[in-house]
Amino acid sequence: MRPFRYERATDPSSAVALLARSPQAAFLGGGTNLVDLMKLDVARPELLVDVRGVTSRAIEELPDGGVRIGAGVSNSDLAADPLIRRRYPVVAQAVLTGASTQLRNLATVGGNLLQRTRCVYFQDVSTACNKREPGAGCSAIEGHNRDLAILGVSPDCIATHPSDLAVALAAMDAMVRTIGPDGSRTIPLTELHRLPGSEPQHDNVLTHGELITAVDLPPLAFAGRSYYRKIRDRASYAFALVSVAAAIDLADGQVRDVRIALGGVAHKPWRATRAEDLLRGGPATEDRLRRAAEAELADAQPQADNAFKIPLARNAIVRTVLDLVEVAR
Amino acid sequence: MSAVTPRAMGQALDRLEGADKVRGLAPYAFEHPVPHPAYLSAVRSTVATGEIVGIDCSQASAQPGVLAVLTHLNAPRLGTDDGELRILQSGDVAFRGQFVGGVIAETSEIARHAAGLVRVEYRERPHDVDLESSRERGQLRVPQQTMALFPMDIDKGDVDSALASAAVQVDCTYRTAWYNHNPLEPHTTIARWTSDGLTLHVSTQHPRGVQTTVATAFRLEPDQVRVFSPHVGGAFGSKGPRHSDVILAVMAAQLVPDRPVRFALTRHEMFTQTGYRTPTIQRVRLGADTDGRLTAVSHESIEQTSRLKEFAEHATRATPTVYATPHLRTRQQLAALDLPTPVIMRAPGECPGMYALESAMDELAIACGLDPVELRLRNEPDTHPLDGLPFSSRNLSACLREGARRFGWESRDPTPRARRRDGWLVGTGMAATTYPTLRLPGSKVTIRVTPDGRHTVLMAAVDIGTGTRTALTQVAADALRVDLAQVELRLGDTAYPPAAPEGGSAGITSWGATICEGADELRRRLAADHGGTVPAEGLEVTVDMPENPHLKQYAMHAFGAQFAEVRVREETGEIRVPRQLGVYAVGRVVNPKTARSQLIGGMTMGLSMALHEASLLDPRYGHVVNHDLATYHVSSNADVGTVEAYWIEEDDPYVNPMGTKGIGEIGIVGAAAAIANAVHHATGVRIRELPITLDKLLPYA
Repeated sequence: MRPFRYERATDPSSAVALLARSPQAAFLGGGTNLVDLMKLDVARPELLVDVRGVTSRAIEELPDGGVRIGAGVSNSDLAADPLIRRRYPVVAQAVLTGASTQLRNLATVGGNLLQRTRCVYFQDVSTACNKREPGAGCSAIEGHNRDLAILGVSPDCIATHPSDLAVALAAMDAMVRTIGPDGSRTIPLTELHRLPGSEPQHDNVLTHGELITAVDLPPLAFAGRSYYRKIRDRASYAFALVSVAAAIDLADGQVRDVRIALGGVAHKPWRATRAEDLLRGGPATEDRLRRAAEAELADAQPQADNAFKIPLARNAIVRTVLDLVEVAR
Repeated sequence: MSAVTPRAMGQALDRLEGADKVRGLAPYAFEHPVPHPAYLSAVRSTVATGEIVGIDCSQASAQPGVLAVLTHLNAPRLGTDDGELRILQSGDVAFRGQFVGGVIAETSEIARHAAGLVRVEYRERPHDVDLESSRERGQLRVPQQTMALFPMDIDKGDVDSALASAAVQVDCTYRTAWYNHNPLEPHTTIARWTSDGLTLHVSTQHPRGVQTTVATAFRLEPDQVRVFSPHVGGAFGSKGPRHSDVILAVMAAQLVPDRPVRFALTRHEMFTQTGYRTPTIQRVRLGADTDGRLTAVSHESIEQTSRLKEFAEHATRATPTVYATPHLRTRQQLAALDLPTPVIMRAPGECPGMYALESAMDELAIACGLDPVELRLRNEPDTHPLDGLPFSSRNLSACLREGARRFGWESRDPTPRARRRDGWLVGTGMAATTYPTLRLPGSKVTIRVTPDGRHTVLMAAVDIGTGTRTALTQVAADALRVDLAQVELRLGDTAYPPAAPEGGSAGITSWGATICEGADELRRRLAADHGGTVPAEGLEVTVDMPENPHLKQYAMHAFGAQFAEVRVREETGEIRVPRQLGVYAVGRVVNPKTARSQLIGGMTMGLSMALHEASLLDPRYGHVVNHDLATYHVSSNADVGTVEAYWIEEDDPYVNPMGTKGIGEIGIVGAAAAIANAVHHATGVRIRELPITLDKLLPYA
């Protein structure tokens, strides 16, 4: 671990200003990923700006019926919040499938969204990784890639985004509120993270010094019946091989609306818009679900070890939505 | 050898040091308070094979707080020929991650940072790390008898003819993964040179072994090296033989005279510096008549070792003991690779070997149309199948029947893939288990008694977290025929008489038999010299572990039966094991509480082996890529269902005065086979390569 400076910000704009002045600075939330990466020499910030005291730790109802989650809210508090559990159970479920109680107590909502891939080559500085060192090459493509991406991959990177929360938020059309050197903005969660392309070093679209202040969940009546299904190599404390966040709105047996997002398959939480489009306006039958899932996965580009994710994701989509349909009946 | 009457033995006692451990008052090696410690961080090679052609320590040395930098250029010449321990003796690199230097600093943070600033330049050589391709190229060799407790290569009868003419034949190849021990407490050392020699606090299974190894390596007399190891936080074999971490710490301490040097391996380093269980490729061929009686057994295992030192996992070790067969062959072959050296890991040999044999027996049961329990009962030998010796006690049949009864096996429908519950396929499986009753040489004990009736028992044995301290105190109390409160057992210090290593499930057997001999000797001396009364100045005896006259007369082994229920989610291949049940015949159980923990711990580790654990080697780089506990999956609490361990009453007067057989390892043996067999019963799919992960089942779902 390299020596670094530590400062505690007093308010969001001073945190942003501190970071903007120092190109090698990073915000510190719960530190559950960043500090690990510093120990591994993957992250090398010269300055940590602790933002735990400056971002909101509140979960508030919005006038339009939505909910605003402060970026400083701990993962544990988010999962336990009655409003979230009632209106967006998929969000609480997703959080509870991640990490451990101890980690969730420390980890923040903002930090959760900005955690980095757990690709073993990214986390080991003695191996080549384009995300860590652009142009160095990708060790994973010819290496151990069982956990890695099948959708939206590039010849430079097949990393997955590890967050469960982000998958649920993507399904809910959450909006991410930030403040940065150029002012405040709101970014749809589905556009926060990016695909690797030729610049896998950029996980997301935030600029240096841009701080997440809150996440807004828009009102979505049918989200009250939503579900997060995570499939992994052990029953707890493992990242998703495939996960599905889903919600469905049925009227007279027809799909009026549906939300499906996938985790563990791409460099970003993967909103399954193609499957959603195919499902709307028809019955939620197993056959239709299967065809919609297959369409969503039609462009998958598996590696040597992870082709199983295609049938796994297909089956997971079908089962998760069917279970929701069953409950609705 | 006179049997000891159990009074304390058999009581379910809490660990004597349990409260201290919970309160943080039981210091582990690294925590021992020492004045003004310095800290060591290692520099590891970043190539698999090659030679160091340049090393620049200037930046590291310039860091404030750095006390010294250790490389092969300033390291002392070692007096050992152990290839694994001979670090920093030249610029040669034998595996990726090998220690090539170290930084000693005022804090562990400074040391770690500065270690990263040491610039090492290599001339790389091509490396060979691939077991499968070594096998394909025919680059295998027959191991020396490194674990020659039993012969490795066995030929009895005419296996080939018997196999060819067998009415029912099974010929299958099974693969087990590379496993790392990962005890919770990492390997740690505090090393301090003084004018008298060397004081070490080490997390080890064998203080005496550390003492003699370090003395040899650093050209000291053994009595110049004092090793303390009062508490150890798990080991699983990885702290039995010595590794290079102790050597590096002692080298480092030489560079900072009068400063104790603290060294704890990182979890990452635990995957390269402390040994591992070799992957195995095992071919099992069984021949049987139509009634399921074995006519031939052939068991061949291919494994890896390093180029530095040979270690052969004796995977076929249990095979001659379990079943009666007129024709038997076992073989081991090794590939020497540019990798770290493997080492013993909980039930070395039996654990991977019985996975293969007991999977093959399940396949034979199906081929014969027989119940797997019945198949095993039909192949019970009257005497040891290899040497014809009678068993000192053998209760595999009783374990099979009792296990089947408790598990509810009788109602089992053998049809695979025939049970569905809420989207899950349900199956059950079983396997036999066995472990030899070993005794390891090299133990002495000193027992002191004072007129107040207090006894002090001294030996350099260790409690690695298993409950040894408590169980051995129970043994001592009964051997001395006094209450527990009158016995003080002191372990973990080489100032006490030497003790055999903690290993081979032989701790209680070896150390306990020695204590029993000491108690007998104390009584003899009291009676002969003091008229049966303890003299005012007290009395002290020191004895060696006694010979066991029955060793050549009886085959001594523990047995058991493992059962498991498995559920496989049809659509995703997800696997859950809601129930494991084992019944064991392990002689006398000294402390039912800690013994049960050992048995269910072994079974849980077997579950972890069946479903989760695998160190993934990247042959391009030559290292295990999932070198942390987030990516090297050990079963989590949520994976573990009901785990039941029972034992049958077994009175064995031949094994040792206590009648114990050892319980530390048998729980893992056969556990993975029971689960793999249950997966087959649930799904109809036979996975012959561990771990059984969902992707292996998914294509069939």
